[in-house]
Amino acid sequence: MMHIHQEAEERHVLTVTVDNEAGILAKIAGLFTARGYNIDSLTVADITDNHEVSRITIVTHGPPSQIDQIHAQLERLVPVHKVVDLTELGPHVARELALVKVAGVGDKRVEALRIAEVFRARPVDTTTESFIFEMTGAPDKIDSFVALMRDLGLVEVGRTGIVAMARGPEEA
Amino acid sequence: MEFEKELGVSEERSGANILVESLVRQGVEFVFGYPGGAVLPIYDALFGDERLRHILVRHEAGAGHAAEGYARSTGKPGVVLVTSGPGATNVITAIADAFLDSIPLVVITGQVPTALIGSDGFQEADTVGISRHCTKHNYLVKDPAELAAVIDEAFQIATTGRPGPVLIDIPKDVQIASAAWNDGPTQRRQRYAPRTQGTAGEIAQAVEMIAAAKAPVFYTGGGVINAGPRATQLLRELQAKTGAPVTSTLMGLGAFPADHADWLGMLGMHGTYEANLAMNQADLIVCVGARFDDRVTGRLDAFAPNSKKIHIDIDRSSINKIVRVELPIVGDCAVVLEQMLAEWGSRKGQDLTEWKARVDTWREKKSLSFPLNDDAIMPQLAIQRLFELTKDKDPIISTEVGQHQMWAAQHFPFFSPNKWLTSGGLGTMGYGLPAAIGAQCGNPDSLVIDIAGDASIQMNIQELGTATQYRLPVKVFILNNEWMGMVRQWQELTYESRFSNSYSDSLPDFVKLAEAYGWKGIRIETESELDAGIQAMIDHPGPVIVDCLVHKESNCFPMIPSGASHVDMILYGDNVAGTMDDEAKALV
Ligand SMILES: Cc1ncc(C[n+]2csc(CCOP(=O)(O)OP(=O)(O)O)c2C)c(N)n1
Ligand SMILES: [Mg+2]
Repeated sequence: MMHIHQEAEERHVLTVTVDNEAGILAKIAGLFTARGYNIDSLTVADITDNHEVSRITIVTHGPPSQIDQIHAQLERLVPVHKVVDLTELGPHVARELALVKVAGVGDKRVEALRIAEVFRARPVDTTTESFIFEMTGAPDKIDSFVALMRDLGLVEVGRTGIVAMARGPEEA
Repeated sequence: MEFEKELGVSEERSGANILVESLVRQGVEFVFGYPGGAVLPIYDALFGDERLRHILVRHEAGAGHAAEGYARSTGKPGVVLVTSGPGATNVITAIADAFLDSIPLVVITGQVPTALIGSDGFQEADTVGISRHCTKHNYLVKDPAELAAVIDEAFQIATTGRPGPVLIDIPKDVQIASAAWNDGPTQRRQRYAPRTQGTAGEIAQAVEMIAAAKAPVFYTGGGVINAGPRATQLLRELQAKTGAPVTSTLMGLGAFPADHADWLGMLGMHGTYEANLAMNQADLIVCVGARFDDRVTGRLDAFAPNSKKIHIDIDRSSINKIVRVELPIVGDCAVVLEQMLAEWGSRKGQDLTEWKARVDTWREKKSLSFPLNDDAIMPQLAIQRLFELTKDKDPIISTEVGQHQMWAAQHFPFFSPNKWLTSGGLGTMGYGLPAAIGAQCGNPDSLVIDIAGDASIQMNIQELGTATQYRLPVKVFILNNEWMGMVRQWQELTYESRFSNSYSDSLPDFVKLAEAYGWKGIRIETESELDAGIQAMIDHPGPVIVDCLVHKESNCFPMIPSGASHVDMILYGDNVAGTMDDEAKALV
């Protein structure tokens, strides 16, 4: 019998600065599928006045040798200017935005609002039987908030995936 | 307008015209192509233009491989022009081939008009999407004003850094619409600038490691050929200073002369015993422009267990991809070799007498020897005679894929670069004939021979017509064993000789086929006819097919079976088991 062999994996956050040209997102997403890499989250938006450059934040996991390959393979793409492995680089801030819809009445509604306050989640839409909370934070904090809402009438969750940046005064 | 005058704009031209002018400006001599609805404006712009020679192939795959053969044999980029939809999809195999073997191509595809893109229009295919992962870069040009700059950048990307195919998809309306054409050099976006030099620290460390090594070996690859003839020269100089033996991948043959005392032959799955053992026993491997491909390493956990490794490669992603190395150097092979030579100066390396004596004991195995046969021509012998009778002509050899390809690599020695054209990474049957045609275009005075198999040659057989039309005197030398020999060999060794669908049934009469296309056909059936048949092929001024009937069930040895290490080579005369465990079978 043959068994497929697995290696220990790490989770890494990469930022990729790219020319904002047609097909670049397909190129990057496709690179991950074609070479069997994992994407846990991917966010993209242009970051310059003239809309020529975009910044992509990718969260991936895999064995260390694969993470190094992902870095090198991304750099090989012509429209890619720069790839930074924030996890490798050191301390960084990672933030995500979530919209969380919760429906309920009575005690559950009061409890949901109280917990939202603790988590600094803001109601951005209110009806007599529901809230949409907006919350920004580290992904695990959002995880905890969503878990608590599950018992209090959670209806729907939308998350952006993370954007991240190295700490300190310098550009990474 | 005032502003335009300043920029030196001379006139408005159609997109098709801008394309043609841009190709001329790039110094393009040949365009390998096939027309169709979505490229008619470009074909019209080519009409009567004597600055570009268009070679009309018979299938778009042929255009792609011909451009590859042209590129590999001349060192210049190959240019392809095909229509949308089926024209573009037909050329994909050749693009993928060029991608894996780092061959510079610029492929121009027609596309449906911009307004129809995405509407499933007639002959619409998402060419940019389909080719995304087998091109180095690709473009969809939606404005004729961008064409000149895109073409300029495409040639730069195809030919610099690690070379590769670049595709430009041009909708039909963009070929017809006009834009300003500027005769001066285009404004280039400075966004692609691969690193070419090693750092001083890396170079010093590399030289120190080589000088300290007691059992060093140079493991060289196609990157040395891609870096140009100067890289080949520098490799020879550095080898002369260090004395280290040299082996090469399939793609790197010709970079180091095969008659040199320190030449080990090709390494890997069908490499020589001495090359593989030297890799296994070395204390230092200097990898120059090769990529530790699975055909080369064999079983990874047993690969070169006692060696330190230096890896020189222009592509950072090739380094530490499969094998971890102690010293990575990202740079162009020629530049880095030159840096190393300068750093080496008048240094003296270790005394390698003992190491070379060990290598000599491995050479004594004579791993390429094969038994002669009274009744049939041994395929290895046919290659050896082909070499002996053509060597004074310094021929260019292309191959198809299979046993004949490996026998050619083993038994046809090369002494200089750009003479050996073969599909290494993708292993594409049908590569050899169109590649020979492309090479003959670029080297009109050379003897160009496609060493072919009976099955592979049928994959692009239609290109016989192309050679006839352009009076290209290419030769096709078929080692006809009436089998997909390489498949048959694997079935014999791993599937207890269950020969499932590997017999070449219903073969055409290759001599008559040659004649039907206006070629000369020669059949060689016995060893006594071998030399005369080869000579007749050489002497004929036009294209020739030689149908050389060879021993049918010969296997290609040496061989490292899949899942085995370099020390577990099968040589001629070894007893080979007829089956393998699932782990080994799962390897390709
Ligand atoms: C396009 C393509 N299809 C299938 C294969 C798999 N394959 C590798 S070698 C081979 C047989 C080649 O037979 P032939 O050309 O007669 O060469 P021989 O091995 O007999 O010398 C096949 C089918 C391939 N390499 N390329
Ligand atoms: Mg055959």
